[in-house]
Amino acid sequence: MTRKAPEPVQVIKQRRDAALSALVHGVPYINFLGIEFERRGDELTAILPFDDKLIGNPMLPALHGGATAAFLEVTAIIGLSWSLVWEDMESGALDPLALTPETLPRLPKTIDFTVDYLRSGLPRDAYARARVNRSGRRYASVHVEAWQDNRARLFAQATGHFLMPTRNG
Amino acid sequence: MDDDKARIARQFIEMIPHSRALNMRVDEIGAGLAVISMPYDERLVGDPQSGVIHGGAVSALLDTCGGAAVMSHPDAPAGTATIDLRIDYMRAASPGQRITARAQCYHVTRSVAFVRATATDEDRENPVATAAGAFTVERGAGGKQ
Repeated sequence: MTRKAPEPVQVIKQRRDAALSALVHGVPYINFLGIEFERRGDELTAILPFDDKLIGNPMLPALHGGATAAFLEVTAIIGLSWSLVWEDMESGALDPLALTPETLPRLPKTIDFTVDYLRSGLPRDAYARARVNRSGRRYASVHVEAWQDNRARLFAQATGHFLMPTRNG
Repeated sequence: MDDDKARIARQFIEMIPHSRALNMRVDEIGAGLAVISMPYDERLVGDPQSGVIHGGAVSALLDTCGGAAVMSHPDAPAGTATIDLRIDYMRAASPGQRITARAQCYHVTRSVAFVRATATDEDRENPVATAAGAFTVERGAGGKQ
């Protein structure tokens, strides 16, 4: 039995990046906040580039608690959704190059979301990563950490529960 | 005195860049109670297939409204920041409808203000989301973060 030759690296990268881009850029609110995602293998880092419209306290100035909450929730939903897309994409069940906003997999729905504000968000770029602690058939639990200058000094963290989208087939 | 506090809180909230970006409007404020609403906006959609507003935008509304309730409370000085906020999402907000948040600051200690809030669309009987939060009581320079 001969092993199939591995696909060229650029083909794999193009497929994965196309899937991620379709997932992220199909959501108007993510574009409104200006959030982008960087990918290393299956690991995602969300980036919230600083913008004046994210300010909550013009006197300090500091990021709005609501903008921070939204950033963390977006990171959690995309992180969870990406873990589902990744499986389907790698198994060949989903062709990312054929994805359009209409054919994208449905996103998980937030059941509850709790944000811990650890320190005030500074007027500069913010980063976040999500960790899926439990991903069941119906429910998932996701933890998110957000930082700015130092990875070890979180300015916010959150835990949320999500209702999984109904899967085809 | 309380009227003055409500006026300052209203002015401050209407000046917040993020609240302005979401077109939030202060409908009522005073004595630890705040009502703030925002119109439906296609830029805030979280599910392109249904046109439903993203939960994050509802969170921003509830957080702003919670902070406003704290700022308007007679026992709290003007400034506050969110310590934690838990939001429960009961259902999707109906596309096209205005979302209104009502927050009550129901207890204030020397350091902490406790808040409960509800968000509804035009169907006032069935909340879209509820929230519970703790906010700081700033004994110093004012402002909501």
